[in-house]
Amino acid sequence: MEHVIEIKELKKSFGENDVLKGIGLNVSRGENVVIMGRSGEGKSVTIKCIAGLLTPDSGSLKVMGDEVKELAEDGLKKMRRKLGFVFQGAALYDSMTVRENLAFPLKKVLKMKDREEIERTCREVLEAVGLNDTLEKLPSELSGGMRKRVGLARTLIVKPEIILYDEPTTGLDSITSKEISNLILEMRKKYKTTSVIITHDLSCAQITGDRILILKDGVFAAEGTYEELENSSDEFVRSFFK
Amino acid sequence: MPDLLPFNVSGAFTRMGDQAYFFRSFVRNLFDRDFEWEEFLRQSYQIGYKSIGICALTGFILGIVLTLQSTPTLKDFGAETFIPGMVAISIIREIGPVITALICAGKTASRIGAELGSMNVTEQIDAMEVSGANPIKFLVVTRILACMIMIPMLTILADAMALLGGYAASALSAEITLQLYFTKAISNLEFSDIIPAVIKTILFGFSIGFVGCYKGFHSTRGTESVGQAANSAVVTASIWIVIIDAIVVQVTGSILYA
Repeated sequence: MEHVIEIKELKKSFGENDVLKGIGLNVSRGENVVIMGRSGEGKSVTIKCIAGLLTPDSGSLKVMGDEVKELAEDGLKKMRRKLGFVFQGAALYDSMTVRENLAFPLKKVLKMKDREEIERTCREVLEAVGLNDTLEKLPSELSGGMRKRVGLARTLIVKPEIILYDEPTTGLDSITSKEISNLILEMRKKYKTTSVIITHDLSCAQITGDRILILKDGVFAAEGTYEELENSSDEFVRSFFK
Repeated sequence: MPDLLPFNVSGAFTRMGDQAYFFRSFVRNLFDRDFEWEEFLRQSYQIGYKSIGICALTGFILGIVLTLQSTPTLKDFGAETFIPGMVAISIIREIGPVITALICAGKTASRIGAELGSMNVTEQIDAMEVSGANPIKFLVVTRILACMIMIPMLTILADAMALLGGYAASALSAEITLQLYFTKAISNLEFSDIIPAVIKTILFGFSIGFVGCYKGFHSTRGTESVGQAANSAVVTASIWIVIIDAIVVQVTGSILYA
């Protein structure tokens, strides 16, 4: 099976703090991989390295066959067009309305000029995430769940092949959290995406993950399906599922 | 090795390197064909139009104060007729540009620093970058250029209002028409008074925009850093304004009055 993300011996440190100590990970096309771990273990650092927002100290990180750290500015831009990132706090541009937030990547990345086409695309993607009638609203007028949905819509609007989710359900109530998790699955079906999902939320991991990895002390300590890890002989791994 | 100097040398060099890299990114994106006109106009409105009131009022009051302060001294020498010329030269050469720039450092550099700092903290800049858009082109180039164009225009407004304030103060103590006041004021001005002032204001605009953007972009990831970015932007921009003023006065003075 084709690997869209290939990570080998990836290391990243900040000053004296060695966060990633040589992780390895292969993600196949269409797969949903969940990464769990305690706070500060380097989960977000891992996906920021994949997105090219952080440069690894050593090791290999390939996205769609391209070694990320060797990509020049244009190559990185091209790679990022195939990649979407859903941020923990949604990272909506707070001076722009929902419409402007959604139209931004269409205009700046896809260079779409036709106003009607932009409007139609914005409405379509907003409908796909179950939010209608919010086009005119500012991010500050939306609830946490709505912001996450708009953040997801903004990511999906450029039809990325890979989506990186940074704690997509953090700060949401359990019902909204399940809705977002189901939405991630729906989006995979509809847009045929591959996803790497960072989460602390067990229900999100269970619903969305085909495979779960546990990050501990800068390396992946365990890997398996939800059921396999839930019944692991390792007490540390099991402690995540209590 | 213990640090023997009163400040962190390697930290200072790192910051200088960061600033040089940030400047390079600005220059590289400055001449990009797809200029962000919409954002540039929005920033020009924010930086220019929204500062009209404060700059006009400050300029007007400065003109009044300068006239009221200098009138008694000049009266002693029977030189009241020189007041319009003196006010015009001191306002246009020095006071107008510097005061307007300092107001804008407080108002605009802090706004840019806080806005971009908050965007940095909430990962909006990362979101822009990872989407394939260019945050330097969209956020930095537009803001710095808007500052470089709007601050000279605000200075012209403040200068005009200061002359008007000077007239208002003069009219209280002497019979003088507006036309005569402005004729006297402008006839005392020379080309060499205007050029350094214009150069200065453009550089002031650049330093305000650049410092605001740099501080915002390099704020650390905490809410406290937003306030620090805003505060530091004002302090740094104000210091740069004074330094640039001294350099431009020295350089243009040695060229124009040699």
